[in-house]
Amino acid sequence: MTGKAPEWPLWEVFIRGQHGMAHRHVGSLHAADEKTAMLNARDVYTRRSEGVSIWVVEARHIVASAPSDKGPLYEPANSKTYRHPTFFDIPDDVGAM
Amino acid sequence: MYAQMVKSEATKDDPEKLSAFQARIDAGDKIEPKDWMPEGYRKTLIRQIGQHAHSEIVGQLPEGNWISRAPSLERKAILLAKVQDEAGHGLYLYCAAETLGVTRDELTEMLLDGRMKYSSIFNYPTLTWADMGAVGWLVDGAAIMNQVPLQRTSYGPYSRAMIRICKEESFHQRQGFDIMMKMCAGTPAQKAMAQDALNRFWYPALMMFGPSDKESVHSEQSMAWKIKMNTNDELRQKFVDQTVPQAEYLGLTVPDESIVWNDDKGGYDFAEPDWSEFYDVISGNGPCNVDRIATRQRAWDEGAWVREGLSARAAKRRADRTAAQ
Repeated sequence: MTGKAPEWPLWEVFIRGQHGMAHRHVGSLHAADEKTAMLNARDVYTRRSEGVSIWVVEARHIVASAPSDKGPLYEPANSKTYRHPTFFDIPDDVGAM
Repeated sequence: MYAQMVKSEATKDDPEKLSAFQARIDAGDKIEPKDWMPEGYRKTLIRQIGQHAHSEIVGQLPEGNWISRAPSLERKAILLAKVQDEAGHGLYLYCAAETLGVTRDELTEMLLDGRMKYSSIFNYPTLTWADMGAVGWLVDGAAIMNQVPLQRTSYGPYSRAMIRICKEESFHQRQGFDIMMKMCAGTPAQKAMAQDALNRFWYPALMMFGPSDKESVHSEQSMAWKIKMNTNDELRQKFVDQTVPQAEYLGLTVPDESIVWNDDKGGYDFAEPDWSEFYDVISGNGPCNVDRIATRQRAWDEGAWVREGLSARAAKRRADRTAAQ
């Protein structure tokens, strides 16, 4: 009868697959609070030892760039090819650099 | 399949935007939740992913039926793990559907009041332990046929959910085939039980792919959008070609006397299932439809206090933390 109660908030789940790697987004889930979010993340996303560390973040706290910002955000980098090491020709005689 | 007869929605968007969208899909781009998409694409995907999610959740019931009666502790643990996986698959898919702007509760309500469907296969009963073998082997086998190509679907969240699911699905099919192997190597009575399970699940498994969609406009649109990757007939053929030799290996007989290898097409000829039975089951008159929805409804109602209790506790902890600051 209480179908009207509000849903549990949405959490995004990030997992570090192995030592030395960064956490990676794996999916999301609903949970009442951070403790149950962590428990649910363990059950939903690491049933086969997929990780050594879990982060859960309530989805509303994530700020995302908009698809329409793609141009203004990333375009300026395209003309700055000198940011890549291959821009510079170093003679072979110099050795490894 | 797990999503059968998903009607694709007509779309009334700006033709220029539509063709730019189609160009992205044709170029192999993934569409992400915040990207512009045609209303028809969004609605069709909600219906398809929702139906797929519901199938995973309702699909726990026929197998859950045997957890307490599995013949050994090991089989019980395996079946429990498999059913837990199905719950996980349902959750991945509900999350994917939610990125399209529908809420989890709306999806549940639409399942319970019949606005959304789940696969016809789960409206058949699991009468003996051999049915656990047949379900894993045939039902999960048929699901894999559809899910593997769906890993390449155009909608990012759906594709990622499918990749996770496919990694886990092969365990499901193999544990089912393993049960069948054991039964077929057992006493004559056990082998007869395995044969009986195959007899009952063969045609319902073929129905999972849905009726022929040769002339379906909906399929054409869904295929153009890459939310359907193969026709129903292609997948059914592939399933039969894969399964018939496996049945032979087990020493079981597929309950279709017309099955014969066709050299010209490089596949088996086989009999179509009784499509009137399929339409009857999908419209609510299968052996277990009423029972399945009643069970889901009971779980939803009887779980209300848990959902509310945890919400209340979370609210209290938030309030305590604020007061402490």
